[in-house]
Amino acid sequence: MAVTATAAPQTSRSLRVLAASRRFFRWLTSARVVLSLIMLVLMFYLVIIPLYRMVETTVTWQPHDLTRVPDAEVGGLTAFHYVRMLTGVFGKIYMYTPLQHSMTIAIGATLLALLIGGSLAWLVVRTDMSGRKLVNQLAVIPYIMPSWTLAQAWLVFFKNRLSGGTPGVYEYLVGHSPPSWLSYGPVPIIICSALHYYTFFFLFVSAALMSIDSNLEEAGELAGASRWRILRKITFPLVMPAILSGFIMTFSKVLGTFGGPNILGTPVRYYVVATMIRGSIGVGDKADAFVLAIVLVLMSMTIIRLNQRLVGTRKSYETIGGRGFVAQVNKLGKLKRIVMIAVILFQILVIVVPLGLLVYSTVMLQDGNYSLSNLSLQHWIGERGTIYNHGEPGILRNPKIYMTAWNSIRLSLWTALFTALLGVLLGYAIVKGRGTRLSKLVEQLAFIPYVIPGIAFGAVYIAMFIRPLGPIPALYGTFTLLVVVSVAKHIPYSSRSGVSAMMQVGRELEEAGMVSGANVFQRFRRIIFPLTSSGFVAGFLLTFITTMRELSLIILLVTPQTQVLASQTMFYTENGDAQMANAVILILIALVAVGYFIISRIRGGSLKKGLGM
Amino acid sequence: MSTSIKIRNLTKRFGSVVAVNGVTLTVEPGSFLTLLGPSGCGKTTLLRCLAGLEDPDGGEILIGDKVVFSHERGISLPPGKRDLGLVFQNYALWPHMTVQQNMTFALEIQKQPKAEIEMRAREALAEVQMTGYADRYPREMSGGQQQRIALARMLAYRPKVFLMDEPLSNLDARLRMDMRAEIKHLHHVSGATTVYVTHDQVEALTMSSQIAVMREGVLQQLDTPDRVYHFPANLFVADFIGNPKVNLLEGAVDGPGTVDLGSFKIAIDTRSAVGDVIVAVRPEDVMISTTPVQGAAEFSAYSVLPAGADSTIIAHRQGLEITARVMGISTINLDDKIWLSFDPKTLNLYDKASGNLIVSGDGANTTHAG
Repeated sequence: MAVTATAAPQTSRSLRVLAASRRFFRWLTSARVVLSLIMLVLMFYLVIIPLYRMVETTVTWQPHDLTRVPDAEVGGLTAFHYVRMLTGVFGKIYMYTPLQHSMTIAIGATLLALLIGGSLAWLVVRTDMSGRKLVNQLAVIPYIMPSWTLAQAWLVFFKNRLSGGTPGVYEYLVGHSPPSWLSYGPVPIIICSALHYYTFFFLFVSAALMSIDSNLEEAGELAGASRWRILRKITFPLVMPAILSGFIMTFSKVLGTFGGPNILGTPVRYYVVATMIRGSIGVGDKADAFVLAIVLVLMSMTIIRLNQRLVGTRKSYETIGGRGFVAQVNKLGKLKRIVMIAVILFQILVIVVPLGLLVYSTVMLQDGNYSLSNLSLQHWIGERGTIYNHGEPGILRNPKIYMTAWNSIRLSLWTALFTALLGVLLGYAIVKGRGTRLSKLVEQLAFIPYVIPGIAFGAVYIAMFIRPLGPIPALYGTFTLLVVVSVAKHIPYSSRSGVSAMMQVGRELEEAGMVSGANVFQRFRRIIFPLTSSGFVAGFLLTFITTMRELSLIILLVTPQTQVLASQTMFYTENGDAQMANAVILILIALVAVGYFIISRIRGGSLKKGLGM
Repeated sequence: MSTSIKIRNLTKRFGSVVAVNGVTLTVEPGSFLTLLGPSGCGKTTLLRCLAGLEDPDGGEILIGDKVVFSHERGISLPPGKRDLGLVFQNYALWPHMTVQQNMTFALEIQKQPKAEIEMRAREALAEVQMTGYADRYPREMSGGQQQRIALARMLAYRPKVFLMDEPLSNLDARLRMDMRAEIKHLHHVSGATTVYVTHDQVEALTMSSQIAVMREGVLQQLDTPDRVYHFPANLFVADFIGNPKVNLLEGAVDGPGTVDLGSFKIAIDTRSAVGDVIVAVRPEDVMISTTPVQGAAEFSAYSVLPAGADSTIIAHRQGLEITARVMGISTINLDDKIWLSFDPKTLNLYDKASGNLIVSGDGANTTHAG
């Protein structure tokens, strides 16, 4: 404004430059651009650099390689790791077989989860089955429990003598050991994963079904189509995008999942990529682990691409949102009761029975001894220094467990807080810049952690933070690293729920604040944050739950000091203290349930919302 | 205390769409300017540029002596520094704040003394006759009440310029009438320069001191309501304003002072025009007689639509249709013979090719402002 209006001709050029630079500065300092740039830097650090480091490690000689190739020049470029992992007998054992196993499990579990979740959703939303409300509430519970809860319970019931242990409940009841295919390997892994992840399908499909105008189906009915035909030709295509959303989500989750396969696969040497990665890291072969991780990332990217092809551009990632039409109800008639009983029985089978088995296993003094005299609270409140559990005291008297539980809570709260905050900021940056390249870039970068399976993501972070990085000190082994990796992995979810929360805040509401003279901080504090608070709570809730029971992501990063409950269960299991593991799982579930209960009392605390629906 | 607004050559593009195209106009201090046009004509974009919610791609805006936007100089003041108030189409009341909090928000940001804030909020509520609603939340009020609060929110911080973006379009017809009178009165009392956006011609005609008609981002005419109605600058404006619609009669100049409409000729000032022209006449300016009159053309009554205060008559003659409007309930029956005649002072002559006004009924040349 200091510039005079009557500029001399010779200075008009410099005036133009000045005007242009002012315009650029204004653009650069606008709230959405500043936020977008901050988010880009953040994601550059949290996502891009780790990926780069991972790739870099796989194509350069590592110190560890000197034992195999003594004249290797550490740091020099090489295809050694790829050749080693992708060819010959070694490739078959370390790469192709585990990959085949991973794919088998991921596809099997996803399809089974679709079948279960989809049918439940249809029954709840579109039929007059009795007790729909109860079924609806119970359907979310498996998701709240750690994914490997069922695997542990499965072992309590179905384990056989193969792993040289004690008899399971099955053997006790039937009198002989169950066949190995039933005790271990792909079948139980698929079943247990599906019973955990069907919640995704249930939530996505029921939201989609609720948003479909039942007139569309009625139109089919008027045209004389049969009920099955309507389901197949009208309903199914309409919920297809939701199904594919669930498909991608479940598939990439199962692909990177570590807990179930480790519990049910490792004892019979049924390795998947996730367990192989852990094994390679364990013996110091980071480069090998990263080759595996890269393959996993490529795999899950391919599947997502394929899906997008199938439903057109990006639709698969979006779900049909919107609150419902009053759905026209399919009459089940006489089946009404029977179907309800069957569904409730199913839910008891997947929720109550596993939990019951876990509880029972923890009150047996000696595992596998089913006599009443064997009942004991040793694993809960036993003294230190007994012959049980390598001399550790019972869980409730164990200071280590209290520290671990505190770590879990602390980790989940911090992660949930940062993630929910990041969600609102990402939502703002993306929604306010809709249609600009910057906004698209932010949205796409935010999507990347989605395709990186949990275990691979954890592996990436080892590569990254083992030494200082720019202003960031070496974080390996710290609690901060666990928070950072958890927040980073949640970015896709937080940006989704943030975007949907922000979409519901009309742009005029912020503009009215701008006209009133409020600066960006005042607008955020007094308008944006209050109006997105329910989205914030929803994001917080979802993140709290998932972080609390997250295992694959952090299993490679925890140290004895930063141990959390989820990883503690795995260490107990691997140590042969299955009953301690089960007790810890129960504590974990109790904590999650309490957290869920508290947070969901707050306005907006809903899981569905957290998933961006 | 009121200020003028000067807009020079303002252009705003969204991608390849030019929403506002080189608009130049001046709003006199204390006047009430309405931006009128069909949806997508750029009127709201122009208003948002004025408010500082959009960054234009070219031109200049002055509010009073203050340059609030200049592309050339790279200036663009943020909305809060332009000393203006904006009423949004959907009111944009903050749903998590009470009426009181909504109204005091801007004042608190300006760090006004507490007593002053209280006083101004009370006054503003009284001005829109909503005293006693201070503790309500927006969702606890009807649309009309929310509308009043949106107005009060703007009044409370006393901006020099009022901007309103179709503030009445979400109200029912009855409320709209009331609020028109209310807003016009508020403008009169406050004396603030007002820019008002609407697609409703009746709103524009009843409330404004000036109307700017826009089409596809281009200003078509800037004039008083009276002149916009009676002497539209081009066929678009003529057709857009008026209900029932203006009669646009195609013809050709048949020597000076006469236009041949095909089935009859009409006397009109043609100046130097030749070739294909269009004669525009408002339905209420068509004179109807039930008996033959010197110089009148014979038509038959195709349809008669009495509506209490006035009646609309559709007259046909050899494929030519003319709509006429008379006061009161018409006694004409369907298929009656009627004779139509025209007062040259009420006829506007347009060039068919360009659509622009050649000669207006009052003899003045075009007032076209493009």
